[in-house]
Amino acid sequence: MSQGYQRSLPLLDDLNRFYWTSGKDGVLRMLRCQSCGHWQHPPRPVCPKCLGRKLEPDTLSGKGKVFSFTVNAKSWGPGLEVPYVIGIVMLDEQDGLQLTTNLRDVAPEDVKIGMPVEVFFEKDEDVWLPMFRPTMQAASA
Amino acid sequence: MSAPEVVISGIGQSAVGRKLPQSGLELTIDASLEAIADAGLTTQDIDGVATFPGFRPDMQPFSPVGSIDIKEALDLKLDWFCGALEGSAQLGAIINAYAAIKAGLARHVLCFRTVKEGSGGASWQESATARAERVRVGGEFQYIFPYDAISATNWLSLYAQRHFSLYGTTREQLGQIALTARRGAMDNPKALFRDPMTMDDYLSARMISSPLGLLDCDAPTDASTVIILSAADAAAGSPKPAIRIDSVGGGIHGRAGWDQADMPDMAAFDAGRMLWSRTDYKPEDVDLALLYDGFSFLAMTWLEALGFCGRGEGGAFVEGGHRIARDGALPLNPHGGQLSGGRTHGFGFVHEAVLQLRGEAGARQVAKNPQVAAVSNGGGPMAGAMLLVRD
Ligand SMILES: [Zn+2]
Repeated sequence: MSQGYQRSLPLLDDLNRFYWTSGKDGVLRMLRCQSCGHWQHPPRPVCPKCLGRKLEPDTLSGKGKVFSFTVNAKSWGPGLEVPYVIGIVMLDEQDGLQLTTNLRDVAPEDVKIGMPVEVFFEKDEDVWLPMFRPTMQAASA
Repeated sequence: MSAPEVVISGIGQSAVGRKLPQSGLELTIDASLEAIADAGLTTQDIDGVATFPGFRPDMQPFSPVGSIDIKEALDLKLDWFCGALEGSAQLGAIINAYAAIKAGLARHVLCFRTVKEGSGGASWQESATARAERVRVGGEFQYIFPYDAISATNWLSLYAQRHFSLYGTTREQLGQIALTARRGAMDNPKALFRDPMTMDDYLSARMISSPLGLLDCDAPTDASTVIILSAADAAAGSPKPAIRIDSVGGGIHGRAGWDQADMPDMAAFDAGRMLWSRTDYKPEDVDLALLYDGFSFLAMTWLEALGFCGRGEGGAFVEGGHRIARDGALPLNPHGGQLSGGRTHGFGFVHEAVLQLRGEAGARQVAKNPQVAAVSNGGGPMAGAMLLVRD
């Protein structure tokens, strides 16, 4: 048990639980409109494009690109280690489908907007936080 | 009967500083009585109160005083009042008051913003989350806080970094906004920071969250600022020249989440479109800009959002600092803004706009007899703007 900084965690409810526990099997899921196919994040009970009310968690590739990032250099509380990289990742599936994350396995000075990244999960209590790292090049020699 | 014109008839401001001995309510009383006298009114003339964001028991340094507190303290007889966090940023309170007067619900509305952040617990997000016990959060911030994106500096840095990347904006350009603010603050006795600042000082200040460093961030303070709005006919006997609210803009058309916007776009652009759609004035008619600079990058965003330059051209616009200097084509925040003046949180820009339009700004008065001022508040999904005119 750490005596120092504890990151905040989401308060789980019936709308968001699927999202925050999706990483249990290593797969990123978001709500998708069953009428028009629009991905909806954060979760809401209606599709803003077609006003359809039937939205279901669906599987994403977990791949995207760095839309923006910041290297946080200030420790906001005792025990919070710096630097760390906060990123906005836009997912490949839909323009504007984006989320806040931490960019890992990359030196802060090497992060670039447009960099391809992929999801992995970090479990903390009952939550699987989607994190992102540079995409592994499967074909690399 | 047509809707009345709405004017700013009086302004007032308490002492501004860190760890002031006065309570938030005492500061609010100081600013209110000054503003009421400035307008040539008495407490019994005030029939409306509007404040941002209303009393917040969960974050008292951020908002220690509500509309009811000043009503009770001064025994006001109110026909209309409101205090709300949701709206057109801090200016939402003033825009609400403007609408109330237009609708005939009130004649003289006392609008205030009071902060005690200079006495500690400044950043409510930080004090609420950066601690050694587990916190569970709901709402929008459940998607942001778990990634230790705790501070507004983090949220805005993400917009700034994308602006830098898309448009080639530089730290030196952003620094001109901080340097210009400091030059103004040196002539403002109430400003928090009045020592000279060089570009070297700016660039060597410690990084907070790239690309924003310490001198890109405003500083918490204790202060209360009061703006009195009146129906123009009711203010006809005011001792000071009336400053007419020519146009207002607020609202939001894009995604409203801090991390959901089409960065670097912000609600500011929606406020700008609305502002110019409601007036015959054009950006080139503006003599003076009082643009929100809780972060330097926000003032740059507002320059673009209000059409003083093209989208992405904010860096080039402030390059060298000449255009935005006190004697430049578009003087920016001659009082030092919040960057050097302290976080009076939005209303300080309105206060300064009125002083400048009246010619009462003393050593920092812009020389060209300004008649039209643009004022803005907010960042990210919160934005409000006004065009103020001395007819
Ligand atoms: Zn749909």
